[in-house]
Amino acid sequence: MSARQPLERRRFLQLLGGGIVVLVGLGPDALQAEGASHLVPEDFNAFLVVGENGRITLLSGKVEMGQGVMTSQAQMLAEELGVALNAIDVVLGDTDRCPWDMGTYGSLTTSTFGPALRAAGAQARSALVSLAAGRLGVPEAQLRVRNGVVSVRGAPEKSISFGALSKGARMVRVVDQPAVLRAVATFQIIGTSPVRLDAIQKVTGAAKYTADIRRPGMLYAHLLRPPMHGATRTSLVVASAERLPGVTVVHEDDLIAVLHADDESAALALAALHATWALPDATLDQDNIFEHLLATSPEPREVTRLGDPVAARKLAVRVFDTTFHKGYVAHAALEPHAALAEFSRGRMTVWASTQTPFPTRDGIAKALGLPISAVRVITPLIGGGFGGKSAFGQAIEAARLARITGKPVQVAWSRADEFYNDTFDPAALVTIASGVDQAGLVSLWDYSVIAAGTRGTKLPYAPPNLRVRSSGKLFETAGTDAPSVHPFAVGAWRGPGANMNVFAAESQIDIMAAALGIDALEFRLRNLTDARMRRVLQTAASTFGWKASTTPAAGGRGCGVACCIDAGTYVATMAEVQVDLRSGRVHVLRVVCAEDLGLVINPEGARMQIEGGLTMGLGYVLSEELRFHGGEILDRNFDSYEIPRFSVVPRIEAVLVQNDTLAPQGGGEPAITTTGAVIANAVYAATGVRMLRLPMLPARLQQAMLAQGIH
Amino acid sequence: MKNPIHFQLNGQAVTLDIDDERPLLGVLRGELGLTGTKYGCGAALCGACTVMADGQAVRACKTPLRNVAGKSVVTVEGLMHRGKLSALQQAFIDFGAFQCGYCTSGMLMSATLLLHNSPHPTRAEIVSHMERNLCRCGAHQRIVMAIEAAALQRRQPA
Repeated sequence: MSARQPLERRRFLQLLGGGIVVLVGLGPDALQAEGASHLVPEDFNAFLVVGENGRITLLSGKVEMGQGVMTSQAQMLAEELGVALNAIDVVLGDTDRCPWDMGTYGSLTTSTFGPALRAAGAQARSALVSLAAGRLGVPEAQLRVRNGVVSVRGAPEKSISFGALSKGARMVRVVDQPAVLRAVATFQIIGTSPVRLDAIQKVTGAAKYTADIRRPGMLYAHLLRPPMHGATRTSLVVASAERLPGVTVVHEDDLIAVLHADDESAALALAALHATWALPDATLDQDNIFEHLLATSPEPREVTRLGDPVAARKLAVRVFDTTFHKGYVAHAALEPHAALAEFSRGRMTVWASTQTPFPTRDGIAKALGLPISAVRVITPLIGGGFGGKSAFGQAIEAARLARITGKPVQVAWSRADEFYNDTFDPAALVTIASGVDQAGLVSLWDYSVIAAGTRGTKLPYAPPNLRVRSSGKLFETAGTDAPSVHPFAVGAWRGPGANMNVFAAESQIDIMAAALGIDALEFRLRNLTDARMRRVLQTAASTFGWKASTTPAAGGRGCGVACCIDAGTYVATMAEVQVDLRSGRVHVLRVVCAEDLGLVINPEGARMQIEGGLTMGLGYVLSEELRFHGGEILDRNFDSYEIPRFSVVPRIEAVLVQNDTLAPQGGGEPAITTTGAVIANAVYAATGVRMLRLPMLPARLQQAMLAQGIH
Repeated sequence: MKNPIHFQLNGQAVTLDIDDERPLLGVLRGELGLTGTKYGCGAALCGACTVMADGQAVRACKTPLRNVAGKSVVTVEGLMHRGKLSALQQAFIDFGAFQCGYCTSGMLMSATLLLHNSPHPTRAEIVSHMERNLCRCGAHQRIVMAIEAAALQRRQPA
């Protein structure tokens, strides 16, 4: 791998100029947590600069795509350093200036990167106090730091500012051991919800996203895409496009693009390209894909085993065998992938909407045969990522076109491009055989998953006999030799795999509770010894006003519950739905979600992630299922691909269960993973119909109700 | 060559001597440098490109330039008044009515129009009016609360 390419220290020191620079070496544990043991930064992973003007620059590879980490990272640094939030300037995702980073995904910014950032802040504060002690002629123990000023306790007139201390300092500190962080009780900035640093620009239209960047002489490019994945081109006529005024046509191997100084003229020129294609046989669609996955997936391998699942099946009082299905889901961020590339004097600069600035840089270098040191990726604000912007094809397209044309080139995907090139959340199957003993406790959990991976398979319950098997990798991306079982690209989608696994597991728990005539909440509590999960469930129940019930309602109104542990965060969600018994339409009336995510940096930001996740989740639960015919993506825009709208979104109440003694855990993904089960369980409570496949399209629920004589 | 197109943009007179069939979105973003209005779908389905023309909501991605000839166009860049945020803009910040911010310009324009035409909308009216503006981050309930708060503020005497 060429990924072991930290920024040369000399180069970034040149870029930074004077002041105090703090580097943080992240230990191997933290890197393991990012699943990146083979991508090791050489000696540092976070830094900040205390400028001579007193401004603090925070440099981080963790990017802002809506989740609020521009603000929460600044809060962590401000707290530990002892400066006001507005003294901090934030630079995110610039590969020439920021420390190496794997990418912004997996709900890891606050939990994994946060400690390094806070350590950097604490280390910088200690360095500044030490400098101040010398300048003021006072022992360090007599000094205090507030709002970027070091002063003498009891004699506040004797003081010196961070800016003054940094003048001509040019010092570098490397943090390689645990720093002394501020105590929770003394927090003034962590644990508050200040106005987001990106707020004003986002409500005034001043916020710059990648497609908003302009460079002199730039061209807009539109690319010719095959009609379906797997198609091969048999002819191409470019003459009529080339005749259009101002149009440049580029054809290099698989790259076929039309470029123009204005965007629409380039788009129009694309229609003047004439290509013919040989299409592969297409038989797969969203309904028969599951048979295909079963037939083509490798034998599941055992991931976990506990006790004796085979014997437990024989000993169980009741055994429940269920299979669950879920279709492909698109990321559908409102901002399509965009990049602007400029090639000048052998150096390639690419502005890109990407969740993975450093892998994007490396990918561009590899695709163009450039040294990594010749490529710089700059990440403007991102209009939603959700895992989809871990893939960076648009950046390579722009870079290739910039080198070929010698001009700055913007590639901003159309919505159809976005659907065609998406790395979808994969269709997946889960089969569960579970059993209960005479005490009504779960005694067996035999779990097998195909195509969703294992995230979300770890139960909060502790059945004594357990087996988890998994077939197929979740991410079948380039670089692997194994043929994909999917007809197009799949990849990480907010809470990757856990959306499917938690849907299946928590539906199965409900199936067991219902069969035993035990209230769904009560059954969970009986099977839970984990105090954190019990507390989260009980908090959700009291906020929601959970009423115990053992039989489904007849009128189409009912409540459901689901819980899980994801990214270290404990989640319990409850929902009330009204099902239209005639049409099968599910109307979600209200949702309560309680989360214990350890220490919370920004409570309002955490609540927004919960609300946003659950809202997004309603899409894959109720309406979103990619339609396709083999490699042909049939959904190409929001007319047929239905993401949640205002009328779909219920009142959502997010409750943060205080647990300040635990380090911060993940916030972006956990809540969404409960959406499938909580709604499916509520639909069961409302109708007595158990939906085993997502999404629960109205026609499917209608059919299921008819089959049970409900209409 | 056709005649130049004249219109008002955020209170300023604009004259453009370009192909009047070009979609307003590209003209705003390309020719005029106002990039606050966003491309989201190119088919008038998502609302990210919503602007106002003579008090009507317009999907700039599917509106030819000639359609705004002689009209007064307002984009998100024109919502501030004398350097102050509008009540809606402020309410969007106060209620956290955005995450990634990419749909926000269109949301603000649709909501501004709603309050213009119906100063005290019910929650159902807000939902119905905003239905064709898409948000993927899930800021919906906060957007509704922000619109309600801005409406309430207008109700109070200055």
